[in-house]
Amino acid sequence: MKTYAYFPGCSLEKMAHSYHLSALETTRALGVELKELEDWNCCGATAYFHVDELLAFTLCARNIAMAEKEHLDLVAPCSGCYKNMYFTREHLTHDADLAEHINDALAEDNLQFKGTSSIRHLIEVFVRDVGLEAIKAKVTNPLKGLRVAPYYGCQILRPRKHAGENVEQPRFFEELIAACGATPVDYLLRLSCCGGALIITNRQAALSMVRNLLECAVRAKAAVIVTACPLCQVNLECYQKQVNREFGTELNVPVMYFTQLVGLALGIAPKRLGIGSELVAVMPAIKEAQQNELSVTAR
Amino acid sequence: MNETTSTTGARSSSAETGVTFVQEINNLLYASHGNPINTCIQCGTCSAACPVASGGFMDNSPRRLIALIRAGFKEQVLKANTFWYCSSCYQCTVRCPRGIDIAELMYGLKRYTVWRTEYQQGLIGPTFSETFVKMILRTGRSYEPVLATSYLFTYGLPEIIQEAQTATALMLKGRLPLLPARIKRLENFRRMIRHIIPLGEPE
Repeated sequence: MKTYAYFPGCSLEKMAHSYHLSALETTRALGVELKELEDWNCCGATAYFHVDELLAFTLCARNIAMAEKEHLDLVAPCSGCYKNMYFTREHLTHDADLAEHINDALAEDNLQFKGTSSIRHLIEVFVRDVGLEAIKAKVTNPLKGLRVAPYYGCQILRPRKHAGENVEQPRFFEELIAACGATPVDYLLRLSCCGGALIITNRQAALSMVRNLLECAVRAKAAVIVTACPLCQVNLECYQKQVNREFGTELNVPVMYFTQLVGLALGIAPKRLGIGSELVAVMPAIKEAQQNELSVTAR
Repeated sequence: MNETTSTTGARSSSAETGVTFVQEINNLLYASHGNPINTCIQCGTCSAACPVASGGFMDNSPRRLIALIRAGFKEQVLKANTFWYCSSCYQCTVRCPRGIDIAELMYGLKRYTVWRTEYQQGLIGPTFSETFVKMILRTGRSYEPVLATSYLFTYGLPEIIQEAQTATALMLKGRLPLLPARIKRLENFRRMIRHIIPLGEPE
């Protein structure tokens, strides 16, 4: 069983608790252990980097150093946390002066950054470390006929300068959905921004970005949208009513976490995956797809 | 160009050191990322890729902002909403044919204006960021209800009602925290931060 240091991030404590629950349930079922970092602090979201970069690096480095102390790779389920810690590690690894300065501060908490742990997004653990074949082999409840729009968002992919991977035309999310037996839906805005923190700092801009995204996925006949980030989930799901109010639309599309989708395919009970805490219910879409599938196969 | 452009703010370095605004911004980027903007060819890929600029929400597109920086229009640059409306999606960074990290430039400009408190009036971004940072320095963790205080006062009544409805729906689903979380080794944490920024006297 492979073990990772798990950094849930502030959102997963409450707002995205269902992501936390489903992450733990599905990884356990796939033979992966997520060991929560003992005294993790906030990654800083985008706000620290707006105010002081050195402070932002220090706060991320504290979490990385705690994972290193345990000799484990660090896993973040939130794309924002992932991006912050991934790039903090990059900068500290390539800038010895910066690392020395920050290590001087970390010594106050008896920690040191060495660069020995790698940083992973939770979805990477699924598609790369566990692997699609291993997931497929454990699927007991293939989600046949369910049309799923993969929503990558931004920070799983961008910005990557050195990794040499396909950040413009990735397919791993579609492949993961297909591994669950569901049908990945192709739509134009799968890599576009959900508005992120603009939902607070520029509400009009963010709501219009959310609207474009949702309409694009709905036009492609998606029954659900699947995300890998708590902020994307909140923007796309919880602000649907406000979008409808502002633009006179009638959007009502469920937005779930990829771990919930995988969990259902693995035969885990919806409740254990935190399903039921969304504002736009997920289960009706799942059941409808299953019934359609039954009637198709019966014919 | 710099002689004719007025420098805003008493702490502007150009008066004392002879450093031009474009040099200042370049140094800002060089310092952390080795990312000069001098190679910009004004192709506009950044503006086309930007979901906020292409939605018509920015007063100056990223392309135009870079041109203004290079031409030394300091005041216009600092008062632009461009960088505060950047959602950090990095689409510009990924697509720039000259390899300029434009999103990182936006971060640099946010910090530049926060340090000098020279940003456009009426923006929520700077207050929100500062509230967020102060909150983390107190507890080590984020707590949404504290953040609401930084933006709700700028909203009109219809927006406040909509926000309240969303918050109520989330509360009913158990998705809003009632009490702020805090890390355990808070004393060490605060001593650690004192190495980086002044926090005032220990409490």
